[in-house]
Formats: sequence, structure tokens, C-alpha cells
Amino acid sequence: MKRVYSDLHLCPNVRNGEQIKQMMQKASELGYTLVAVSLPQNFSEQKIQEMRDICKITNMDFVSRVDLKPRRGYDLTRSLRQLRRRFEIVAVMCESKHVARQAAKDRRTDLLNFPSYNRWRRFFDKAEAELASNTLASLEVDVTPLLILENRERIKFLSVLRKEVAIAEDFHVPIIISSGASNELYMRGPREVAALASLFDLDKLSAKKAVSENPMAIVVRNRQKLNSKFVAPGIRVIRRGKGC
Amino acid sequence: MKKTRRRYLALQLDSGEMFTSTELLEAIWAAVLRLYGEYGASQTDLVLINYNAEKKLATIHVSHTAVDMIRTALASVTRINNKPVALRVIRVSGTIKTLHRKIEHQCK
Repeated sequence: MKRVYSDLHLCPNVRNGEQIKQMMQKASELGYTLVAVSLPQNFSEQKIQEMRDICKITNMDFVSRVDLKPRRGYDLTRSLRQLRRRFEIVAVMCESKHVARQAAKDRRTDLLNFPSYNRWRRFFDKAEAELASNTLASLEVDVTPLLILENRERIKFLSVLRKEVAIAEDFHVPIIISSGASNELYMRGPREVAALASLFDLDKLSAKKAVSENPMAIVVRNRQKLNSKFVAPGIRVIRRGKGC
Repeated sequence: MKKTRRRYLALQLDSGEMFTSTELLEAIWAAVLRLYGEYGASQTDLVLINYNAEKKLATIHVSHTAVDMIRTALASVTRINNKPVALRVIRVSGTIKTLHRKIEHQCK
């Protein structure tokens, strides 16, 4: 069966409609069939629908995503309460250890993203992985920093990623590889992204899963949950009415 | 001696600028050297076969064991002569004839 490739982290300027169109077009040319754009928290439903329409033109599926950047654990739970049902994917940008732990504990978190290049500011260790393995959170790795960084910074960054990916595999935390691209030139095809993953010792099959099956599983699961017929895992409304 | 199998790769340059074949080849070699060092680069058997600067299409051949290394190196190229660029692999094939046929089929 043909793989469905996904890029769950495109970061265009959401006010620039032209750039969004160009990036969607490029994603389609590169062979993606599912893309998610990082949207602001107050983004209206109408604008999300406009983006879905743009994606439909390019034969792709659009997924709404919000990136939460809370300062404290309390802020995170509050944001999750407000936004979980509005967006199909919720990613948490873990900029502090406390937030990272809280995000990994919470079942409403889909993706754990560590935006810092500094290894002291990345908190995906064994404790974090254990918490994430008990919930449904996945580790998201963006490849854009690998393209931007050079020399010693890239070497250090690769070393950190190698450790994080090894820990995630040990604790069976799903890995998602996304582009994290803010413009077209940083977008790469799914096979190139999977090849870049070999730099941090992710084997070929796992790398392909990280750009196809793993992101798809999150989207399918969340769409089921956001469906009005969903009651609880394994339970859904089949029919409503007097005769039931 | 065992005959080395080759893979032919069709590349598309995504950029508003024009580059010469030498600039392109140097950029690819530089990327391979940066990521895999001289030992790794020596295993790739990288050769630029042709390059159309106007259409921004290039064909290279590499050892079949080094396709993933080359893919990674090509993906890591973001600049040539300090001008922004992205190198994309359009097609990989075992013979140059099939590669051309596949590209023509894809362009239709």
C-alpha cells in the first residue's frame, strides 16, 4: 500500500496568504498528502476553513495545529482546557522542565517539541520519556535546525538528537519528524527528511514511519475524538432518536 | 573485483538564481564532506553527468550503497555561493535510460 506522507509542522506567516498557498503547493509537489500549519490560538474557524480549501485545491488534507508556549504548568493546563477541542493537534513547546513534565503527563498533549538548540534547555530525558510513554504524547523533531546550523553547533545538536531519539525508542514513545519550515526553501521531500533522520541514528524504517504512520495515527485518533459521535475510547453513538 | 552498481539521480534546483555546473558540484561535494568526512565521501562515487542551467535540472550518478548518504547531503544544501537554494531529488533509477523515461513520464 502506498504510504501517506505528512508534514505536521509548517510555520508560514499566517497573515501572508500568498506564502501559505506557495508552501501548500510545494508540499503537494514534494509528495505530502497531509499537512499541518502552526496556527495562533485566536485563529478563527473561518480562516481555518479557508486553509482547508487551499489544501483541497492541491489534493492535500489540512490539519489544524496549535503550538502552546506556556511559562508554567498551570498555564499549560488552562490552555489545554480552552483549546483542546478547537484544534486537531496540540503541540507543547517545552521551554522549561516543569512545563515539559506537565505536558508529558497530560493526555491532551499530542506533541512534545523542544525548540532550543542548547542541550541544557532540552528536557527529553528518561523521566520525561517514561511519563510520555504512559500518555499519548509523541516526540517531535524538526529538521530545519539541521539545515540552518553549521559546524560545531550542528554537531552538538545532532549529538543531543541522537540521545533523545534513543531514549524515545527505549520507552516506545512515537517519534514524529516534521520540517518546521518557515519558508519554501527549508521544505524537503519525505524521503529526504527520512534520510536526514539517519544523521541521528534513526533506522530507515522508523524514519519512514516518523513521516507517515506515526503522524497519521495522531490525526486519525484526534479526529475520532473530535467527532460529535465520540463518547469515550471504544464507545460512539451509532444512532439517535426515539426508537433507540 | 565485484562490479559496483550505480544509481542515477535526477535533481531539481529550487532557486531564483543561476549556477554553473562547477558551483553545483562543489556545493554537493562540500555538503558530503561536511556530513560524512573524506572517508565517507570516498565511498559515494559521485559524478555529475549533465546539468541544464536553464531548466535547473541535473543528473548525477552515485554508488547504490551511497544513495541515502547523498540524499541527506543534498537535503542539507541551503546555499550555493551564498545564494539561497534547495536541491531536490526528483527521481532515482538504476539506468540513465529509465531515469530519462521516468522524468518525461512525470513531466507529462
